[in-house]
Amino acid sequence: MPEPIEGSQAVAAAVGRCRPEVISCYPITPQTHIVENLSVRVRKGEIGNCQFINAESEFGALSILIGASATGARTYTATSSQGLLFMAEAIYNASGLGLPIVMTIGNRAIGAPINIWNDHSDSMSMRDAGWIQIFAETNQEAVDLHIQAFRLAEELSCPVMVCMDGFILTHAYEPVEIPTQEQVDAFLPPYNPVQVLDPADPVTIGAMVGPEAFAEVRYLAHHKQLRALERIPQLSAEFREQFGRVPLGLTDAYRTDDADTIVVALGSVNGTIREAVDELREQGIKVGSLKIGSYRPFPTAQVRAALHPAKRAIVVEKDLALGKGGIVSSDIKMALRGLSTIVQTVIAGLGGRSITKASLIRMIGEARAGKLDEPHFLDLNWAVIHQELERQQRRRRSGPMTEHVLRAVNAVSSKIT
Amino acid sequence: MFQIRIHGRGGQGVVTAAEILAVAAFMDGKYAQAFPSFGSERMGAPVMSFCRVDDKFIRLREPVMEPDALIIQDPTLLHQVDLFAGIRPSGYVLINSTRSPVELGINELLLRFPNCHIRTVPASEIALEKTGRSLPNAALIGGLAALTGLLGSAVVSEAIRKKFSGRVGEANAAAAEATFQAISSGQSWTSKEKRHAGTH
Amino acid sequence: MNDRQKIKFYQTGTFTVGNRLLGEEDRTVQSRMERTNSLNSGHRACQGCGEALGARYAVDAAMRAAQNRLIAVNATGCLEVFSTPYPESSWQIPWLHSLFGNAPAVATGVAAALRAKGRTDMKVIAQGGDGGTVDIGFGCLSGMFERNDDVLYICYDNEGYMNTGVQRSGSTPPAARTMTTPVVGEHPGNSFGTGKNVPRIAMAHGIPYVATASVADLRDLEAKVTKAMEIPGSRYIHILVPCPLGWAHDPSLTIKVARLAVESGLFPLFEAEFGKPTGRTLIRRKVPVERYLELQGRFKHLFRDPPDRAAIAAIQSIADQHIAEYGLMGEEGSDGR
Repeated sequence: MPEPIEGSQAVAAAVGRCRPEVISCYPITPQTHIVENLSVRVRKGEIGNCQFINAESEFGALSILIGASATGARTYTATSSQGLLFMAEAIYNASGLGLPIVMTIGNRAIGAPINIWNDHSDSMSMRDAGWIQIFAETNQEAVDLHIQAFRLAEELSCPVMVCMDGFILTHAYEPVEIPTQEQVDAFLPPYNPVQVLDPADPVTIGAMVGPEAFAEVRYLAHHKQLRALERIPQLSAEFREQFGRVPLGLTDAYRTDDADTIVVALGSVNGTIREAVDELREQGIKVGSLKIGSYRPFPTAQVRAALHPAKRAIVVEKDLALGKGGIVSSDIKMALRGLSTIVQTVIAGLGGRSITKASLIRMIGEARAGKLDEPHFLDLNWAVIHQELERQQRRRRSGPMTEHVLRAVNAVSSKIT
Repeated sequence: MFQIRIHGRGGQGVVTAAEILAVAAFMDGKYAQAFPSFGSERMGAPVMSFCRVDDKFIRLREPVMEPDALIIQDPTLLHQVDLFAGIRPSGYVLINSTRSPVELGINELLLRFPNCHIRTVPASEIALEKTGRSLPNAALIGGLAALTGLLGSAVVSEAIRKKFSGRVGEANAAAAEATFQAISSGQSWTSKEKRHAGTH
Repeated sequence: MNDRQKIKFYQTGTFTVGNRLLGEEDRTVQSRMERTNSLNSGHRACQGCGEALGARYAVDAAMRAAQNRLIAVNATGCLEVFSTPYPESSWQIPWLHSLFGNAPAVATGVAAALRAKGRTDMKVIAQGGDGGTVDIGFGCLSGMFERNDDVLYICYDNEGYMNTGVQRSGSTPPAARTMTTPVVGEHPGNSFGTGKNVPRIAMAHGIPYVATASVADLRDLEAKVTKAMEIPGSRYIHILVPCPLGWAHDPSLTIKVARLAVESGLFPLFEAEFGKPTGRTLIRRKVPVERYLELQGRFKHLFRDPPDRAAIAAIQSIADQHIAEYGLMGEEGSDGR
């Protein structure tokens, strides 16, 4: 039975049922509620002999799990934004060593300027680090994806990042069904490591690899992700049988069969996009949407199959490759190579700016009329941009750009002399 | 879909208020989504929370920009923030105050929104009487339920008991019921004696 | 500064301290008309915030000592967040915020650039909370100390990650309730036998000056900052700053709570130079730790029915150890230095 619950609490409950053995923790908004809830569960004895460790930094937090996972323990932590970057070296290390760590990313923008609100820049910064990256649209999906994540990670010996939009999902209160311990146990067996530090059978983990073998090792890591492309749909099917719900797989298409325009996105914005799709369909406009569930591995074949009949794909993404433009839209373009589909990049929601149904509907209309610039920055305040560029032209010592933009967008100004 | 926006300050239980609404709606067989506007931990800073109620699963994930109802937990915000932004023409507004809307000095707002149902209720005082603390959130949800007809008093109380256990739950449920009754019966309040500006 | 000790201050009910009794030189920076208000009013700190108080005292004293030629580097945390709520800033001095864990290193860089440009008249301070100093910034702090970079680092210790909602740090005291050391299970609150004493670690680096200070003793805090500003090389001042939100005490009791931390012996006030202790502040009237703990909701679980006598005794023994170690109960009448 679904119960109303905060997203973070739901994820903590689900992770608890997955019987992690070592959880490390370092606070960062907006994921902190997850690890706080887990600290209570551990203290209450709800998770067997689980060890909960308060680390001194995110780098410490992931390093703790590297050691624990190599010792055969099922491991979990959560982070966001700056924290993910602080553990960047360890992120590459964990995937390179083949350790099945599961981590929640409460998606948040990366500074400077410091910003605690949602966008996907954090996950995107680690997209090529060898972790599987899956994105939830709803808190139910987040719960279900975590359970599958442990299975997937341990089968492939590959770490998994479950991405959920900070605040929008982590702090949203909505009905979620938390599976029972029995249901999770039936789906997720105890961790059986492929490699483990064991005096009875000593192995060396973490050797140096030179030019003679590095490429092969790297390819084998890449191969794991390709195998994940097969396993994810299979696990979804198994999940459906066990839990009675259809979980998110590689992609999820909505009203795309006869669509001339398909909006593509990751994460929670898909809900608002579907609302927009339905409203436009009522007006006879043939639009659909494609949700990408697995971003790494990238489901090229599924994306191509879903999008190719359409005239146009509009990729709405909460990230920006500075100096280039879209990130996800480049992936979509690659998937559609050789086809005549127009791919429109829409950069939206940066730093937590709301993506509204009204803006989406307007944007889709403009895209279909061929009026959008490429890339298009949704709801960007061009007046402020021009004002700031002119200001910088006028004077060499124009001061910190960020602070001036803030003053421009807000009536209150306080230059302290 | 019915959309509610709640305004208050950090520490006044604005987020919990939205959650109580969501739980009550759910117990009433509806779908609900509640979430706060966010910021760093800070007592006293203006905060908002949102709640949507519908007969089907709510897919929309944007702040409530066109509320059908507003709850204003702290009237000191009235002249600082544009709390009424986007309110539907015949929307409902419930303000936590011992004063009447006119006494609060919001005539301009009353003129801007002639078809809105704007009421005040001394929820902090009711809460203080029933629970021993002046936290008005549960009481205001009771008041909102009565004002809008969205939910019955019983389900609101049940939701409050679920959110707060034991004596605290009972006391807050009593506060909600009292406020529900007060609004239903059309009671109105004015401040009994002159107080200096800024208090309510 | 020795003259100061010869005057006995008679505290009135409001704990005012008579500047009128002192010579010009000995009056506090805060009492002067020309104080810089480096951290100006309008910031968004909670009512009763100890950190806002500590920062105001410390930075104004540093500015006076540096003749207003000071650059501040700030770590992410409460001070940074409440002092720079967009689009406003409360800082009247040049101020840089980079990341959570790198304030010491960034300050090192600022100091190096000033040297490169021959600006030996300008001084650098770095500021951070306990999270940014004791935990995530610890590596950079040690690096700064080891190189003896010319920076005064001030740590505002409110014993937890408060800005993110009260989580445990390496500075959180034993038994304290936080959101990641909840009051649940056999050993509620933060564990005994954990934690880091960064002032002692700073001393172990052999840096020119280390001191602890309290917002309950303004003169002492200002004196230490002023003294530190005269010394070249790495200096470290660790200020205990109560947090009414995280410690769950009445916001009007901030200074009282800070004073009780000192008078119980839990937070010793001392100074050290090049690793050797050079002075400490004697406790005037020792109080049992209960007087300090009972004012704070984060220790409320120790006072249930029956009270957790074992934990309280353990905390008392920590206080007693400090008193013995630092000699905090000097002889009556001695000036303690």
